[in-house]
Amino acid sequence: MIEKLKIIVCIKQVPGIMEIKINPETNTLIREGIENIINPFDTYAIEEGVSLKEKLTASEGGSLDVEVIALSMGPPHSEAILREAISLGIDNAILLSDRAFAGSDTWATSYTLSKAIKKIEGWKIIILGKQTLDGDTGQVGPELAQILNIPFIGYASKITEISSNKMIIKRLMEDRYETFEIRLPAAISVGKDINIPRVPSLRGKMKSKSIVIPVWGIDQIDMDEKECGLNGSYTQVIKIFSPEHKYEVKMVHGTPDEQVNEIYSKLKELSII
Amino acid sequence: MRYLLTDEQKMIIEICKKIVDERIIPVRAEYDEKMIFPADIIKEIGRSDLFRLFIPEKYGGMGTGIFEVCLATEELSRGDLSVATTYAASGLGFIPIILMGSEEQKEKYLPVLASGEKLAAFGLTESDAGSDVGAIRTTAVKDGDFYILNGTKQWITNGGEADIYTIFAKTAPDKGARGVSAFIVEKGTDGFEFGKKEDKLGIRASATRELVFNDCKIPKENMISREGSGFITVMKTFDESRPAVGAQAVGVAQAALEEALNYSKIRSQFGAPISSFQAIQHMLADMATSVEAARSLVYYTAQVIDSGAKDVSRLSAMSKLFASDMAMKVTIDAVQILGGYGFMKDYPVEKMMRDAKITQIYEGTNQIQRNIIALDLIKKGFI
Repeated sequence: MIEKLKIIVCIKQVPGIMEIKINPETNTLIREGIENIINPFDTYAIEEGVSLKEKLTASEGGSLDVEVIALSMGPPHSEAILREAISLGIDNAILLSDRAFAGSDTWATSYTLSKAIKKIEGWKIIILGKQTLDGDTGQVGPELAQILNIPFIGYASKITEISSNKMIIKRLMEDRYETFEIRLPAAISVGKDINIPRVPSLRGKMKSKSIVIPVWGIDQIDMDEKECGLNGSYTQVIKIFSPEHKYEVKMVHGTPDEQVNEIYSKLKELSII
Repeated sequence: MRYLLTDEQKMIIEICKKIVDERIIPVRAEYDEKMIFPADIIKEIGRSDLFRLFIPEKYGGMGTGIFEVCLATEELSRGDLSVATTYAASGLGFIPIILMGSEEQKEKYLPVLASGEKLAAFGLTESDAGSDVGAIRTTAVKDGDFYILNGTKQWITNGGEADIYTIFAKTAPDKGARGVSAFIVEKGTDGFEFGKKEDKLGIRASATRELVFNDCKIPKENMISREGSGFITVMKTFDESRPAVGAQAVGVAQAALEEALNYSKIRSQFGAPISSFQAIQHMLADMATSVEAARSLVYYTAQVIDSGAKDVSRLSAMSKLFASDMAMKVTIDAVQILGGYGFMKDYPVEKMMRDAKITQIYEGTNQIQRNIIALDLIKKGFI
């Protein structure tokens, strides 16, 4: 009896820049001339998904058929990152795209992703990058797990054991290591410490060129317009602005001892020390 | 910008470029200094399907040709010649199996070599037999269903790291070159040991070792083709592999040229970037022209070989000869353009100059290449 096990990796396309620039007139992100990329933490999620498949196939290959699916919610050009994921070893990909999804906050995004995931039979593990370059909230992972009613471990550093019904996960917190044993189905988020993402393979690149990536809209995942996009969001971005930098400069003179004394007094005065 | 390539060929270069930029460049100086074998990088190269470029589809390969092998080799050489040598030398080690091996041998060995799981090595050279292949002294004596190997091979690339070795030994010592046969010997076979790792001028991260055979007993099924066909196997293998050495030379020369070009634009003397001096401009122009010329010859040769042409020895020798002599000159000129900085180990060009030298020596010295070309010219002229 061959059991099927699906691993879902949720990825997002983001603007590929280090410094976000805001247009002061419209208060929106300046996207012109900026290349779109896979959210950096998602590349670690992709590697972990492919790596887990390899481990499971090695240990339980006779009785287990593992498939890794990449899922992305975004505008039509997000298809590019799904193809890139295929070149890195992902088996199949699905694009969630519909005008109705526009304006989603993290809750609406998580809810929409959960509706899509419910359409996929046999999923046991969901992997996400711990946060996005543009949103930075890190909320989608835990919200998704909450909606699906499954355990969630964020910031996983290492999956030390994996089988078809449980995982043992280690993570590094600020002051300690924590080890969890969780039963599947479950979701995790990952950062840079979990693995080293591989380089695409030639066969992967060729597959990514020819593979058909289905696009699921509001109808395919049984959603109502009220539940998604701006309508389905509990929060709304009212304003984005670049804070004005105001500097007050005071030069300190004298011998090193005199300078230290003056700085020390000032810091004490400002209750910084 | 590379012109006239198919999408698949461009993908090969993209993958190699990623490996060069993300994996090779950050560690190449350290690996060179400490003679560290690039095991992780080779594993990544295997995982990216690059060893499959050499091998027919039937045995797990991509069914591509020497052209694609040269594309990968050139790009990897841009990063580090040691890595490219490790990659190309594995190919050299198993090309004899592809060209002359039996169906059983191909099915047994090629799939694991295609996946990069195992590496191969080519064991021909001995202390008294470099250019003079007929002078090898390693013997293979038939004993029932086995051959007993005795002798020592010198300076074998991937020695100690490879699992599968193609070894050339005399089955008929009194017959000179015609008495040589080829055998597949696996690491771990009783009587097969390795010498120390050699300390080299260049390609220092590539593992070069002695192979020592002491009453090493191997099954007769491990002989490639018939007794006495070893010399032909060597020649046919080199005909295919020489353009790849040419590609190595083109890659390292290209890397050195880019370093020199970038430096010349940043470095100022007498109030101007040195790229504005005609002396430097002429050097750069000559370097770039010769790299492009060598590249053309290498890839033309690869296309001719892949088209199935029978008579490729002359062209193959030319591609190796011209590209390697070019690479030596270009890397030396690159050091010259970087001046004092080029002489320092902090900058990558001195290593490229040291690495380039081997391309004029291995897989047939450039003197042997000239012999091959001249004799072929005299015998066949131009048809």
